Amino acid sequence: MGAQKKGGARVSDDSEEQSRQRLQAILLADSFTTKFRPVTLERPKVLLPLVNVPMIDYTLAWLESAGIEEVFVFCCAHSTQIIDYLETSEWRTHPNLVVRTIESHKSISAGDALRYIYEQQTETSQIQGDFVLVSGDTVSNMPLADLIQEHRERKKRDEKAIMTMVIKKSKPSLITHQSRLGTDQLFIAVDPLTKQLLHYEEDKVDHARGSVCLDKSLMESNPSVLLYNDMQDCYIDICSPEVLSLFEDNFDYQHLRRHFVKGVLVDDIMGYKIFTHEIGSSYAARVDNFRSYDTVSKDIIQRWTYPYVPDINFGGNRPVKLGRQGIYRACDVVQSRSAVVGASTVVGYGTKIGNGDRILNSVIGNGCSIGSNVVIEGSYIWNNVTIEDGCEIRNAIVCDGVRIRAGAVLEPGVVLSFKVVVGRDFVVPAYSKVSLLQQPMKEDSDEELEYADSSSGTADRLSGLSLEMESKGSELGPDGAGYIWEVCEGAHDEEWKHSVAPIPEDKLAEITQAMDDYDDMEDESVVPTSGELKSDADSINTDVNDPCDDYGYFEKEVEGTFLRAVEEGIKVELGVLEINSLRLSYNMESADCAGAIFYSMMKLAVDTPHSSASELYKTASSIIAKWKGLLGFYVKQTDEQIEVIMKFEEMCQETAKELGPLFAQILHVLYEKDVVQEDAIMRWAEEKAGADEADKVYLQQCETFIQWLKEASEEEDEDDDEEED
Amino acid sequence: MPDVQSMVLEFVNKLRKRKIEGSQATARCTVELLRSVISHHRVPHANQASALIDAVKAVGGQLVAANPVELAVGNVVRRVLHIIREEDLSLATAAVAGLDLLDASDDDEDVNGKGIGYPAMSAAVVAAAARSTLRPPSLQTLLEGTPESATVPYTSSSGADSESKTADKSSITRKLKHDVIEGVNQLIHEIAGCHEQIAEQAVEHIHQNEVILTLGSSRTVLEFLCAAKEKKRSFRVFVAEGAPRYQGHLLAKELVARGLQTTVITDSAVFAMISRVNMVIIGAHAVMANGGVIGPVGVNMAALAAKKHAVPFVVLAGSHKLCPLYPHNPEVLLNELRSPSELLDFGEFSDCLDFGSGSGSPLLQVVNPTFDYVPPSLVSLFITDTGGHNPSYMYRLIADYYSADDLVM
Repeated sequence: MGAQKKGGARVSDDSEEQSRQRLQAILLADSFTTKFRPVTLERPKVLLPLVNVPMIDYTLAWLESAGIEEVFVFCCAHSTQIIDYLETSEWRTHPNLVVRTIESHKSISAGDALRYIYEQQTETSQIQGDFVLVSGDTVSNMPLADLIQEHRERKKRDEKAIMTMVIKKSKPSLITHQSRLGTDQLFIAVDPLTKQLLHYEEDKVDHARGSVCLDKSLMESNPSVLLYNDMQDCYIDICSPEVLSLFEDNFDYQHLRRHFVKGVLVDDIMGYKIFTHEIGSSYAARVDNFRSYDTVSKDIIQRWTYPYVPDINFGGNRPVKLGRQGIYRACDVVQSRSAVVGASTVVGYGTKIGNGDRILNSVIGNGCSIGSNVVIEGSYIWNNVTIEDGCEIRNAIVCDGVRIRAGAVLEPGVVLSFKVVVGRDFVVPAYSKVSLLQQPMKEDSDEELEYADSSSGTADRLSGLSLEMESKGSELGPDGAGYIWEVCEGAHDEEWKHSVAPIPEDKLAEITQAMDDYDDMEDESVVPTSGELKSDADSINTDVNDPCDDYGYFEKEVEGTFLRAVEEGIKVELGVLEINSLRLSYNMESADCAGAIFYSMMKLAVDTPHSSASELYKTASSIIAKWKGLLGFYVKQTDEQIEVIMKFEEMCQETAKELGPLFAQILHVLYEKDVVQEDAIMRWAEEKAGADEADKVYLQQCETFIQWLKEASEEEDEDDDEEED
Repeated sequence: MPDVQSMVLEFVNKLRKRKIEGSQATARCTVELLRSVISHHRVPHANQASALIDAVKAVGGQLVAANPVELAVGNVVRRVLHIIREEDLSLATAAVAGLDLLDASDDDEDVNGKGIGYPAMSAAVVAAAARSTLRPPSLQTLLEGTPESATVPYTSSSGADSESKTADKSSITRKLKHDVIEGVNQLIHEIAGCHEQIAEQAVEHIHQNEVILTLGSSRTVLEFLCAAKEKKRSFRVFVAEGAPRYQGHLLAKELVARGLQTTVITDSAVFAMISRVNMVIIGAHAVMANGGVIGPVGVNMAALAAKKHAVPFVVLAGSHKLCPLYPHNPEVLLNELRSPSELLDFGEFSDCLDFGSGSGSPLLQVVNPTFDYVPPSLVSLFITDTGGHNPSYMYRLIADYYSADDLVM
């Protein structure tokens, strides 16, 4: 019988499968960042709905269809929630994909997670070979089988090829990076023949410089190097088991890219190599922040992620029907005739839409009830949200169970966490994040956990809290509940970057401006943005570290050190030690140190409040008297003393004009305190004698002093050389 | 049946992920799966037919839900249901005929007015057997909830010839299942052989020195054209490439490999070329009950062009593509929008899909439908494995293949 035959064939297939390696993947169900706070305080990021489906389902469905047979889900924050979800989802009984969970509460970074897995590995040896390393917020439809095959073959040829990184072409413009995924620009250098990754740089700070620093040896060891600035890192890696052990060996590796990739590339650990793979037509992106949440949601609605789109059942989701203009609507939606539902909108099951509502470009979850005359634009409303009449919601994220009372307005960029209540007619200011939980006192850094405490009591505390809030009113109007989170000063500027709201016009103009400047610079130096560079072409901007620029930094550092020394009353010897170490690290001469220290001293004097020139003189001389030991350490040579005088002159001319009239007096003090000696002053005077009139101002000012010095030295000459020191 | 269950799950997964391409392959996989469902299903003594129908319906429901766009799945499920009903009916009539022939006196005692009878069978046994095989689950049996096994000891104690009767009964059970599987095997055979059946008619339609236009890629069309070629007909084929998936390219390659004169044209050149064409032949994705055709995108344009120039528009379709539903039925999902990446390169256009600036709504929309609907008025002729038919004759064929009870699943 046919069926039996088929069964027989399957058995033999199975035995073949046994002989080859199982395809495995590690899925990090924790982003180890705080970008989705305060939402992630109550629910892990991977379970947040992306177009009404938890993010982890996209990742698992993709891994399954790409032929992965076993996935290890690494849970850290809210691990019980994730495990519960996976237990009840259909992944548990999936015929082709085995989902196993690994739980650890101690890990605070991807590095820790991989180390934990490595430790487990030694006991159970679950991971048998190459594996795919992804994060639980990846949305992709790329095929993996060929890529894994490619990785394995390369590994066979070259033992040191331990990782293949997936990259995707994007637009090179800065604005696209920023506005699409809210990420910074990425520079990578790749060997065009072998596709080996040679350099990786996430441009964090200054686009203004518009330059990349490459190691010269890169050019020596590779016949040609391809530089890209139009690539996007998909954060999908095919790794060999060596990667795990590398993490174990280097216990300080935390971040996959910042530490691990950089480490392998720069430190050249055991000659390990990383390769890249560029994907063509497939889609791959990671939901890293609210901005990319918005972008990826819209990409899904636009069907770039096909077949992982809302109208196809790909993993436990209830498919909704796709109508004209990209409107996805569940079959049981109750919609008033006068309501307008615009293009690119998703409306989930059991949702009611009232009279005169306008819903554009938004995603509405299941079981929501929306009153009359509500405007919702570009927003993400999750499940069971109640919105009363006349509310306006623009570019906001509204989590489960929120209640927005009549007439309330959410300005762009607002995030309302679970079960928040917005009071009647209350206007939630732009970019504010609102939660029932109070903001933790100390803002955790980027590397810290998604949430502070792993105790399961969050929910209990919450319910109590909300009751309490209801009774006494809150920051969200008299009948609201929730705390508006403070944004710390530094981050305020950054807020627009990572929010769901479109970038405001002025910020956009700023970026465009910066980009134009960048383009201009590029034109001048004629460096191809993305092109092949031959190693013999010396014109590459290998190192543009300007020495002047460095001196500026050095001066600042010295000033900082000096001020600290003054404040804390550090001993002269210790100050010398600190400044010496600075001198070494910046590769400076002691003349530079002298100049910098003197500059700091004078600056301190000027900055000290004073009413008259004489008072300033007094402070200056007292500072010189107090710190002459420090300065004296660096002014042993005549050259260095001249440097000090020059610096002083420069200051008087440019930065501290108040000192101008006091030039001669302070020079005298310096002379008296043995900081500068006669020779130096004389030589300075000689040098300046030849300069033009404008430069001679100070020379003229100390005319009498120099005259006096000359006479004194003549006297000395006439006497014996006794008084020399 | 864990084994069958896992097979069903696997197939559902494949359908969901759109991993099976083409309605013929889907139809064959579906019918093979249903055959194993039937053969593994332990049929109870009571209501065998309805038990089988329920089992097939349950599985069929899952399959249809997994990929509602692939109408062939639903068609095949309905065909199998129809086979079960037919077999059941023919068994019953045979039995009634036997009863009438051999033991007509028992007939008046039959509670249902019809019965199943065997020589020398007591009335009670006949009644029980009749209940077991023929009657749909009545309210009474449902309420009583009496398992049929209870009647078996009763029958065995009732008469001396009980042993032979139970043997007969189990043979009936086996017979129904056997007949159904036989029928399903025939269906498999039919689906597998539809290309040849259709291709056999090629010579009657394609004449010497004709120019044939086709669009997209269809195995049926390929076989059809090759069959005409084998019969020493010499003709030329224009292949519209079928953007954006360009399956026409594959078809052209195959045609050339078989030694046919082939010209590839762009889809947009169809109207320009149609005046030189003698006949348009396309393969359908599905044929609806009203005679409308669902085919690869661009087909409607070709059909309109053919109409304008009075060129015959011929549609080839195996009988498994015949769908008993009407296209205006809101339950029927006629089209699928695929990924825009088939049209545009994502990297190249990522700046147009910039949601972070401006109003936040994308100005660029990409629509990539898979199918087109051709109304029946544009179709000149259907060629199925049973011969050529007019679009208006489709409802008749549907009545032959499907029972009305199964239209709504």
